[in-house]
Amino acid sequence: MDFLSLKKNLKKDYTGFPKYKLAIVGDSSTQLLNQAIKGYGFELKLNFDIYEADYNQINQELLTSSSDLYYFKPDFIILFHSTQKLLTKFQASSDKASFANKHINYLNELTQAIKNNSTAKIIYFNFLEMQDSVFGNFGNQLVQSFIYQVRKLNYELMNLSIQQKIFFINDISSLNNVEGIKNSFDAKLFINGDFVFSLDFTVLIAKNTVDIILPIIGKLKKCLILDLDNTIWGGIIGDDGVENIQIGDLGIGKAFTLLQSWAKQLKERGIILAVCSKNTESIAKEPFQKHPDMVLKLEDISIFVANWENKADNIRHIQSILNIGFDSMVFLDDNAFERELVKRELPEITVPELPNDPAKYLSYLTSLNLFEIASFSEEDTERTKQYQGEAKRAILKQSFTSEEDYLASLEMEADVQAFNKYNIPRVAQLTQRSNQFNLRTIRYTEHEIIKIVADDNYDTLSFTLNDKYGEHGLIAAIVLKKESNTFFIDTWVMSCRVLKRGMEQFIINQITELANKKGIHTIFGEYIPTAKNKIVEDLYKNLGFILNGKIWVLDIKNKKQFKTYINAKL
Amino acid sequence: MQNYNSIEVVLVTVQEIFRDVLEDDGIVLQYETTANDIPEWDSLNHIALVVNIEKQFKIQFTAKEIQDFKNVGEMCEGIFEKTRN
Repeated sequence: MDFLSLKKNLKKDYTGFPKYKLAIVGDSSTQLLNQAIKGYGFELKLNFDIYEADYNQINQELLTSSSDLYYFKPDFIILFHSTQKLLTKFQASSDKASFANKHINYLNELTQAIKNNSTAKIIYFNFLEMQDSVFGNFGNQLVQSFIYQVRKLNYELMNLSIQQKIFFINDISSLNNVEGIKNSFDAKLFINGDFVFSLDFTVLIAKNTVDIILPIIGKLKKCLILDLDNTIWGGIIGDDGVENIQIGDLGIGKAFTLLQSWAKQLKERGIILAVCSKNTESIAKEPFQKHPDMVLKLEDISIFVANWENKADNIRHIQSILNIGFDSMVFLDDNAFERELVKRELPEITVPELPNDPAKYLSYLTSLNLFEIASFSEEDTERTKQYQGEAKRAILKQSFTSEEDYLASLEMEADVQAFNKYNIPRVAQLTQRSNQFNLRTIRYTEHEIIKIVADDNYDTLSFTLNDKYGEHGLIAAIVLKKESNTFFIDTWVMSCRVLKRGMEQFIINQITELANKKGIHTIFGEYIPTAKNKIVEDLYKNLGFILNGKIWVLDIKNKKQFKTYINAKL
Repeated sequence: MQNYNSIEVVLVTVQEIFRDVLEDDGIVLQYETTANDIPEWDSLNHIALVVNIEKQFKIQFTAKEIQDFKNVGEMCEGIFEKTRN
């Protein structure tokens, strides 16, 4: 993707794309970045409505409550201080050893001002680690050198973003590690227009900026589907046999080991791994069981599909078990024919164009930055087990003729709690990730959830679910807004993993129970349709609500509890 | 690789780049053409023009050169000189 093609997108038709408001404010020229971000949005079918602050107006826009930027009500504030301007400021500083700390203090001030005046998230560019060649290499040993202070600043920025949940770092320093200042900086653009990035680098920054926005608006990858032969090992298992495939430290095998190690790390942080291979299943599983150099083991794979059917059908099967969107799946295959077939039949799935040389697989895949997230919780690491349990349940279910018998056999137990400091990260994540079972699709950050918990006008409920095959973890969250003697269901999100278990009925039972305790007699619910949440269109109807205009109403006076097969944990 | 053996050949290539970058196939460049003659040729598009010319001809302009071009003719002469070296 080059700048010119993004620029040409600007004249195209953005109607029908979801709209997000971005404000861009920097201490250097931002017009090219503005064009690149807007144009990149078209590629992803997103309409970024961009407010671009005047040149070098960071303090005026962010420290003044009545600024045009705050009036615009942005969803995201893209804020950047250039390394070039930072260097000028550094050179003028009288206390160079505390330069980084002072800049962090200043950023804390800006962040506080943004919190006071807006609900926007901040996307802040970190700094290019430029050697100013005043002390040379020895600068590494001097706290008052620029290289020491700029590296310290990048480190302290990470600490700041840990504390300030609305502060996200646009890691252009890592981009620059790949491109180098020779490519990221164009002296004549800087001299003539105060543009601190080359056109090519501006495109990379635009993508990286949007990469950060995507998981916050609910677009993120959850599953990596792997082909086997010549994708995760060299050679063809069916022809070459388990002792002759290439994997391990020797020769080209090393490239495949690197790819497997990366996939394993992804799995450990919560990405579901699945296998989709044209092979005989028992033969395909052999390396996982017998080859000593395999990094990936069978227990790392949630769903293993090896047969001679069409790969698109096999991926549909994987999708139906996982119950996640095709747009949250990535499919890796060395074979261009298979890639084309899957892309044609399942256009929403991401299919990287793997290079011909396996030695380049990993560096190519990491450059795509496919697995961006906006929050992280411990439960993410348990996900593979949960999906393996799901595969077992799918097999068990076929052995029961009645749905009730099947549900009863699962021995389900739910833990019902108000939101608390232990589950807030997961609750926030659920609101960010759930697209299908989500009645109003309001995304909350941890920071916003904390505010809700502290607000007496709200009640909250969270639900975990366990059964005899394992733990699902926290799978549903409810935010109730109290208005006189009524509840309004501000948020109802649930993981699709637990559909058809009677969880919806269990949840409404809990809500009505809470309402009774609080002297509340009416519950209001609203369904806001999106492209993805048709699944809950009739939820309120099925739970006994009556539609009044656009609002569903439940009078709980004569409301009977639904029968479920879920026990509340005491 | 294309051989830019005359300023006329350079002009034709530069015209193609202008049409592509400014998204107007009706643009016809003369040596005397200046930014005043082409509404889309503003300072922002000037950057995209220069960077695309550099890529096409595999040359590098200095910061001063891109400020000093008075018209398309001077630009083409500058390109022609650089492709000779």
